[in-house]
Amino acid sequence: MVENRPLADFITHLVLVLGVVAIALPIWITFVAASHDEIRMAQAPLPLWPGDQLWVNLKQTLFGEGLSGTETAPVWLMLFNSLFMALMISLGKIGISLLSAFAIVYFKFPFRMACFWMIFITLMLPVEVRILPTFEVVANLGMLNSYWGLSIPLIASATATFMFRQVFLTVPDEMLESARIDGAGPMRFFWDILLPLSRTNIAALFVILFIFGWNQYLWPLLITTDTSMTTIVMSIKQMLEAAEQSPQWNIIMMTALLAMIPPIFVVISMQKLFVQGLTETDK
Amino acid sequence: MADITLTDLTKSYGPTEVLHHIEGDINDGEFIVIVGPSGCGKSTLLRMVAGLETVTSGEIQIGGKRVNELEPSARDIAMVFQNYALYPHMSVRENMAYGLKIRKLSKDEINRRVEEAADILEIRQYLDRKPRQLSGGQRQRVAMGRAIVRDPQVFLFDEPLSNLDAKLRVQMRLEIRKLQQRLGVTSIYVTHDQVEAMTLGDRLMVLNGGYVEQFGTPIELYDRPASVFVAGFIGSPAMNLIPSQASGGAISLPGGAQVNSATDANGDVLLGLRPEHLTPDENGPVSIDVEMVEQLGANTLLHGTLSGTNHEMVASVAGHDAAASGTQRRFSISPDLVHLFDPQTEKRLNP
Amino acid sequence: MLKRVHFPSSPLPYLLVAPQLAITLIFFIWPASQAMYQSFLIEDAFGLGSEFVWFENFQILWEDSHYHAAFWRTAVFSVLVAALSMGFALILAGFAQRVVRGAMFYRTLLIWPYAIAPVLAGALWVFMFNPTLGILPYFLEFVGVTWNHYLNGGQAMALVILAAAWKQVAYNFLFYLAAMQSIPNSVIEAAAIDGAGPGRRFWTIIFPLISPTTFFLLVINMVYAFFETFGIIHAVTQGGPGSSTTILVYKVFNDGFVGLDLGGSAAQSVILMVLVIAMTVVQFRYVERKVEY
Repeated sequence: MVENRPLADFITHLVLVLGVVAIALPIWITFVAASHDEIRMAQAPLPLWPGDQLWVNLKQTLFGEGLSGTETAPVWLMLFNSLFMALMISLGKIGISLLSAFAIVYFKFPFRMACFWMIFITLMLPVEVRILPTFEVVANLGMLNSYWGLSIPLIASATATFMFRQVFLTVPDEMLESARIDGAGPMRFFWDILLPLSRTNIAALFVILFIFGWNQYLWPLLITTDTSMTTIVMSIKQMLEAAEQSPQWNIIMMTALLAMIPPIFVVISMQKLFVQGLTETDK
Repeated sequence: MADITLTDLTKSYGPTEVLHHIEGDINDGEFIVIVGPSGCGKSTLLRMVAGLETVTSGEIQIGGKRVNELEPSARDIAMVFQNYALYPHMSVRENMAYGLKIRKLSKDEINRRVEEAADILEIRQYLDRKPRQLSGGQRQRVAMGRAIVRDPQVFLFDEPLSNLDAKLRVQMRLEIRKLQQRLGVTSIYVTHDQVEAMTLGDRLMVLNGGYVEQFGTPIELYDRPASVFVAGFIGSPAMNLIPSQASGGAISLPGGAQVNSATDANGDVLLGLRPEHLTPDENGPVSIDVEMVEQLGANTLLHGTLSGTNHEMVASVAGHDAAASGTQRRFSISPDLVHLFDPQTEKRLNP
Repeated sequence: MLKRVHFPSSPLPYLLVAPQLAITLIFFIWPASQAMYQSFLIEDAFGLGSEFVWFENFQILWEDSHYHAAFWRTAVFSVLVAALSMGFALILAGFAQRVVRGAMFYRTLLIWPYAIAPVLAGALWVFMFNPTLGILPYFLEFVGVTWNHYLNGGQAMALVILAAAWKQVAYNFLFYLAAMQSIPNSVIEAAAIDGAGPGRRFWTIIFPLISPTTFFLLVINMVYAFFETFGIIHAVTQGGPGSSTTILVYKVFNDGFVGLDLGGSAAQSVILMVLVIAMTVVQFRYVERKVEY
């Protein structure tokens, strides 16, 4: 900083530490709750310091019967479903957006602008506003209770296409010209030049889309009636309802913890790429 | 190796014609420089030869074969771009080998060619680096190497030195020239820098506003500029141009001075005098009121006005000159160094 | 928009856009037009047939006091969520950019909530505010506040606002920090030489310079509060108690899937779509202005 004032520095760190505490408090309390036994978690005031039941709760949550009084899929299966759905959404979205952005930027063809606008307009249509008719379409296609039904309707949003279009537009024209002089055809150029050049953007987008996919709530809730297809995020709601009868907060909070660890892990481990992708391309 | 023929070549973007009826024969092994101010269409012309821009009308032949409809890769050319266009994710070796790999040359052949080119350009020790780890001059060499390995019929250069600093530019200029002479490949080189053009080209094509102003050797352009534009563009400092009257071989300047020229032009003319051709002469006809003196060491530039008028004049005097501003200097000029132009058409009048 | 040079025309580009176009048509354009069509229909009481009624559904909404209430509730909810999370993020980012070493350390600790699903954020906060067991009601009791968001509509609203804002702080913080770090140091140094202290520098130099980011975040946060908070409401309050936390997107869902008023729900969808499109257009105006620099 410009000047060196110990007091100002102290205040700065103090505010930041308080901010971190405020932001982290809910997560900390979740962690604490997941580390005590059921009996301790039914007595007010609840503990603020972790107990010694973390592994017991983890084992019971992952492989046990789950919450008493509910009929849910085992948590490990829900985790798997979430992972599979998140991967399908993020990889599928990246794949088709790369292709369509490539076509829109690097080819001149009839109806190019029509295609662009048709894709672009989906930027404005979050799944929440067209939920009923989309549900009908998926039902008619027989995709209820399937991984396809969970992921495909969420795949084709324009955000990723739009972002790759921006990225491709910043690739110097000379790359293409040079490749053409070198004799590379369109797909060869795509694989050899364009994809390697967009590596960091692809990685950043993967983080964003993985979180988007993992955190889906309303859509999976609607189209999965079969408990074996439930995702971990949507299961929280059932658990909260069950908690009103039999509060097993240690198990509920352990489930919540398990539901947030994978996306948090992805964000933290790919922090640099993710921040770059978020702040440079989301605008 | 090949010659190149441009026949009645035009280029339009929509209704706007940007290149007008370009004609030119380029001989096998020749080094041609296309020079002109920015926006004159010189890059467009080069890119048409490369196949990166379509031809609106006319014909381009390379080695006697019409190439208008051929893909760039089928024209047997190599191009060096202004920003080098190196593939940033590939090593120097991969960059140079990429075109050969697409042509499915054998691995041994590719390695042989890459290493040979790397030796010529003295970049062998950088072969496994990425472009971003190289300096500007080294990148420039890699870009040239990428062109050399393909062993093309034609080299195309699109302002390849404009991103380098002045010293490196002079050095690379010489290297490009030596390399081209050694390889003997027909080359077209685009630049806006007249010094670069003069030093590099066997012949120069001066473009202005999409028209060819003149196409000739550097000395022809200097000695016999075909138009006011070429006269002003070639040579530094630029030629003095003074509206004058001609009558029977005698040219009357404003302010009363008179110079001679072997011409049969009469009436209004534009008189061109190169600063370096004005010889100090106490009895000379041309008088300059000196306003500013630039000492360059090898020569001295005297800036001022033609005495009795406000026409700006520059004279270049060999060696040191102690002329002070505010003084008057007189010069004479040899009749065969006088240039005359038509003030309307701006074309050259005297032979 | 397009490259100066492109590949020659061929069937290839059609193949390349085909997957995305197919999905877009089947799962976006078609359902959206269905929603639009349904908004002009009213189903009879037995769900056996439906009648084309033009704008009657919209007219009903226009006169429906519940809908009005939901509309204003949504407005208040989104403004509060946006203001709370952006204000908090602005303060944190303002201090974090002062830290030479360790800014990344704080960033790492502050971005976690971005990864957490809204419904989980809701679960975390509802647990903290659990009237009988929760930690915060326990402390609130000491200052004389009895907390029960199951009964008190205002408290329920406060709870969902807190949960929604908490999750969004991370996102806003990232953008604010990036914007502040992109301000050239020399500008700040010039202000310091002119005699402006840290607080003054922040309000007179940094804050005006990041105003485009503020505007961008405002739109993003409004859209977030409008739609993505569905999970929080659905899991935590189910729009209640009464309808004190029923925001528009929850009402669309509730009227359609629970109340089976397809036409009314579709009409609400259409209104929401118009709102999103308006916000997107505003945002793109902003993007275009950005590009000009």
